[in-house]
Amino acid sequence: MSFDFKDLLAIKDLSKKNLQTILYSTQCCKQILMSGEKTPILVDKNVAILFYEPSTRTKNSFEIAAKRLSANVINISVNTSSVVKGESITDTVKTLEAMRIDYIIIRHSSAGIANMLAKNFKVSIINAGDGFHEHPTQGLLDLYTIYEYKKKIKDLKVLIVGDILHSRVAKSNIWALKTMGAEVFVSGPPTFIPANIEELGVTVFHNLDDIIDKVDVVNILRIQSERQKENLLPSLREYISLYQLNKKRLLNLKSEAIIMHPGPINRGIEIDSEVADSSKSVINKQVTNGIAVRMSILSLLNRDK
Amino acid sequence: MFGFKIKNIRIIDPSQNKDMVDDILIENDFIVNKFSEKLDIHNEITVIDGTGKIVIPGIIDIHSHLREPGQENKETIYTGTRSAVKGGITTVFCMPNTNPYIDNSTVVESILFRAKKEGIINVFPIGCITKGSKGIELAEIGFLKKSGIIAISDDGMSISNSGIMKHALEYSKMFNLPVISHCEDKGLSGNGVMNEGKNSTILGLRGIPRQAEDIIVNRDIMLAELTNAHLHIAHVSTFGAVDLIRSAKKKGIKITAETCPHYFTLTDEAVKSYNTNTKVNPPLREQIDIEAIKYGLSDGTIDCICTDHAPHTIEDKNLPFDLAPFGIIGFETMLSLILNELVDKGVLNLLQAIAKITTNPAKIFKLKKRGSLKIGSFADLTIIDPNRSFKFEESCILSKNKNSPFIGRQFKGCVVMTMVSGKIVWKIF
Ligand SMILES: [Zn+2]
Repeated sequence: MSFDFKDLLAIKDLSKKNLQTILYSTQCCKQILMSGEKTPILVDKNVAILFYEPSTRTKNSFEIAAKRLSANVINISVNTSSVVKGESITDTVKTLEAMRIDYIIIRHSSAGIANMLAKNFKVSIINAGDGFHEHPTQGLLDLYTIYEYKKKIKDLKVLIVGDILHSRVAKSNIWALKTMGAEVFVSGPPTFIPANIEELGVTVFHNLDDIIDKVDVVNILRIQSERQKENLLPSLREYISLYQLNKKRLLNLKSEAIIMHPGPINRGIEIDSEVADSSKSVINKQVTNGIAVRMSILSLLNRDK
Repeated sequence: MFGFKIKNIRIIDPSQNKDMVDDILIENDFIVNKFSEKLDIHNEITVIDGTGKIVIPGIIDIHSHLREPGQENKETIYTGTRSAVKGGITTVFCMPNTNPYIDNSTVVESILFRAKKEGIINVFPIGCITKGSKGIELAEIGFLKKSGIIAISDDGMSISNSGIMKHALEYSKMFNLPVISHCEDKGLSGNGVMNEGKNSTILGLRGIPRQAEDIIVNRDIMLAELTNAHLHIAHVSTFGAVDLIRSAKKKGIKITAETCPHYFTLTDEAVKSYNTNTKVNPPLREQIDIEAIKYGLSDGTIDCICTDHAPHTIEDKNLPFDLAPFGIIGFETMLSLILNELVDKGVLNLLQAIAKITTNPAKIFKLKKRGSLKIGSFADLTIIDPNRSFKFEESCILSKNKNSPFIGRQFKGCVVMTMVSGKIVWKIF
């Protein structure tokens, strides 16, 4: 086993060996999950889910995962508007540590918040999404899902479509896939492509149709409508015409290609509703695998570090 | 009556192009060539052995934020000037983004009064260009000058309206006041918090492209050419700005420029830990910029080095990176960084390096009898022990706040004595 971390902060920190360990352990966790049983791995352990951004699916996924491992779970949702003037995040974590919490699963709009906490506290920190930085468990569940379907990662061609600039999911996927030897492509308008992304070993295609027929996996990102206000998009209508995974583009996909989406889906925006439900779509599998991956991470982290 | 004789010390004085071992004599406030007969040789003269040490003119820091009035939790004139002398600084210019802003005579007078009462070095306020640094209406620059400002600047902000910047340059000319420009195209820097590039992508932090600085440097150079006024570019951080300033100087445009130690020492790699003490505006750039800035210092494109000392409280800096304020402290590390990063690495010789913090600032801002060790100058001087090493520890910082990216760094070359107008204000040997 090659995994000796107190925290899960970013996939960028993980080696190929680490990722292989996680994939293997996720496989075992998935068996437990599918069996419908509980396992006592985290019995008497306390997990706090501390979310500074609204989200139900990731939160639920973590909660189910922790409970399957027999941990006690407390949920803390913090209204973001009170963060600036209210109790500082450091004080909140201090309090949780004093309450003998073992794991804090944190989501926050500021990049680097998990890194900051991990450095200053003994409690295990699991990053559940920090700003535009990373969303490591999503990256891992995507990796696992691809692995489940393709039985390998190396040399696969994976395309990520959408707002790469503001996507922590894209970043975590890129690190996971590149580390495991896949070829990664991104597609989106130049206003959605972060600076120097090529230096991460990624190839950019502004024209989706130039690449879509060549890939094994298409991962479609959710579009936030506020990007229009920032003048990064002239209109959703135009985005849809250029980048929506529609029925026509579905026909151009390789026959064995799979379609992924981190959810929640904006049906009719980044993906056509029927395409989302098509036989190539593995979106529901991702949700199940999300629980398995989170069980795996909770059981792998080393509390003695 | 009192006098000092500093014996057998290496004198580095760029104003006289002097690098030699000699004695230096001080009588009352001034540097003298021999003591007057009124002075009692036995009772009133202190002899200091300067063997192995270096004396330079007292350092003039032309860019700092003393935070008084209004933000005394960050710094005060009392604490700021004490932090400065530890770094060998004897004269400091303070930026006007206080609360209230230094945009009227009353604030200038109050700072000068407080500096006299609480400070231990020379403090020269910089006045606002526009009222409240809002970039809309010119401040009463004439009255500000009369009450004692040394230059004008809307530091922290850039005047976005080119017409107003033109008027500011035109109007300041008649008062012989340099206009110090913080160059930032706000539309381009937006909500950026670090340099835009590979590292901002990896860290998921919003980027500020170099062009946010370069565009305004270019615009202001054009306006300086148009108005024939004296433009001083603050805290140069990009290779593009260095190139623009170099060619403007070649054209004969009246332009001078400064940079800060962090811009020739650190790159945006330092941000990777999300340490908010690396969050500064303009942001830490890349190696190519460091090289260009060093070259710009060596060929004279960049005239001065200053601290941009900008203290913030621990509560402010404990915020997440994107929400924490910009700014780092710099008084206590500037000289050591110049010695280690520029002199020891062969970018500048000692005379050239010291000129950037003494003679050049004095010349650009027309300070009389300062920035020089000539006979008759104020006895503002700094003694360095070039062989004394120290680790920069948080617990030793004299500034009211500790927001430095250099904490834990090992330095060789240390200020061991600082004198202002013949008074010893710092001595550790
Ligand atoms: Zn500034």
